[in-house]
Amino acid sequence: MPEETELTYPRVEVDFDLCKGCGLCIVTCPVKCLEISPELNKKSYHPARYKGTGCTGCGLCFYTCPEPGAITVFPKDYKPEE
Amino acid sequence: MGKLLQKPKSFYNEFFRSPSPDKLSTHYCPGCGHGVIHKYVAEAMDDFGIADNTIWISPVGCSVFGYYYFDCGHQQVPHGRAPAVATGVKRSHPEAIVISYQGDGDLAAIGGNNIIQAANRGENITVIFVNNSIYGMTGGQMAPTTLVGQTTTTSPYGRNPANEGYPMRMAELIAQLEAPVYVERVALNNAQNRNKTRKAIRKALKIQIDKKGFSLVEILSQCPSGWKVSPVDSLKWMEENQMPYFPLGVFKDVVEQRNPLETKPRIWDKDTIIKMLDLDRQVKEYAKPNPTKDIYEQPKIKVAGFGGQGILMLGVLLSEAAMLNGKQVTWIPSYGPEMRGGTANCQVVIRNNKVGNPSVDKPTILIAMNQPSLDRFEKDVIPGGLIVINETLVTSGVTRDDVDVLAHPFSDIADKQLGTVKVQNSLILGALIKHTNMLDQQAIFDALPAHIKKIDLIPLNKKAIELGFSLG
Repeated sequence: MPEETELTYPRVEVDFDLCKGCGLCIVTCPVKCLEISPELNKKSYHPARYKGTGCTGCGLCFYTCPEPGAITVFPKDYKPEE
Repeated sequence: MGKLLQKPKSFYNEFFRSPSPDKLSTHYCPGCGHGVIHKYVAEAMDDFGIADNTIWISPVGCSVFGYYYFDCGHQQVPHGRAPAVATGVKRSHPEAIVISYQGDGDLAAIGGNNIIQAANRGENITVIFVNNSIYGMTGGQMAPTTLVGQTTTTSPYGRNPANEGYPMRMAELIAQLEAPVYVERVALNNAQNRNKTRKAIRKALKIQIDKKGFSLVEILSQCPSGWKVSPVDSLKWMEENQMPYFPLGVFKDVVEQRNPLETKPRIWDKDTIIKMLDLDRQVKEYAKPNPTKDIYEQPKIKVAGFGGQGILMLGVLLSEAAMLNGKQVTWIPSYGPEMRGGTANCQVVIRNNKVGNPSVDKPTILIAMNQPSLDRFEKDVIPGGLIVINETLVTSGVTRDDVDVLAHPFSDIADKQLGTVKVQNSLILGALIKHTNMLDQQAIFDALPAHIKKIDLIPLNKKAIELGFSLG
């Protein structure tokens, strides 16, 4: 995964091991900021991942993802807890 | 701050009930519509704050494990029975939110009549109907919603309407009924329709919260594994195959016209329940029976005749009296479809301890109210047993010499001395009790009010029993 020094919001995070790699979020994302990871996770799927830029926080990926906890979308004004 | 979109709180953090070592993933295939719909319902449960008050009815099908995921109350039910169980749950817990979550095999096939009747009763429940046009869990067989030409393991040449009929449009069917409040069909094919799905689920739950009545949301949902396409292609498959046949839209919405249903408060107080179950009657002390023979201590009794002779009632009164007298009893009736004139018999087992076997193949006592009954059952009576004969209708007499016989023309006596043949059963009962002394006589009289519905007939039956004592 691309290294990031500072997280920017809005952003989407895909749990590497919870994702089953169905790809629905990737085709749904209006700005195409998600992609399939070349690595296999522990369930031997190629999970989706955030390209690192471009997320608008629209949440469409969240509402198309069948796994309860695989995708988290952080809004623009998200303040990470210390 | 905008909304943080994360796993809804109405899901368990960890799916501890799942036997899988992975307690965070669902058991669903990649891309399955169930997970999406689960998320929408869980989100709505979060937003309405109803999770602690929700009872989720899990069907048979892929979504059988609903109880793994949702942090609410659960009942898993047999195939197709979700609306029936939801009815019972809702009626016993009228304040709970009851969600019947069903697939198309479950709802439209084996549970087809269950859903129609529950909808027609207007039960205040929410039905989430997940239609993926196939039996997913069992490996992709044809469902009532399988499309014309669709190949499945049980329609390998494609569904042929000439052989298998047409796919069933359940939302339209349910919407034809008078009682349902809200019926809509939505789909998961694109972002816009998924948003409509979310809203439909929320609306259906709100209707239940507002006690407005029955709602059903049919959701066209992808089954990539069953359709044998990739998850991404499954959306296209849905658009090309499912959606032309299953039009989206609201088929019924009378929410504004309906008033909230009135629910009766539950009765929980002990006194009312005791009264309802008739447990508050005075317990009398009866004399310990002193049977004339040891075998009458714990007898097995068969009463047989034709319908209308009071066969079943005789057995019931005997059982009730024995119960009052501190015995354990069973009573099993057996009769034809006719109310009058057919053959009837009943089997009564009276024991000091619990009854192990309620059937009476070898009676201690046979009461034969007509000739066919004697012919049929005489040989079964145990040696030393008793045969009571209604001589008015039994002309042959008993052929065995190893049994006791108590014979009187009971029908005639009842007719001539008591004015009606209808009390012949009480007359025989009196004679039987006197002859065997198996129960306290007072217990017989006390058993009458529980089973004779016309109160003014009780004195006549008492008179018949007393007359019976003189015949015993």
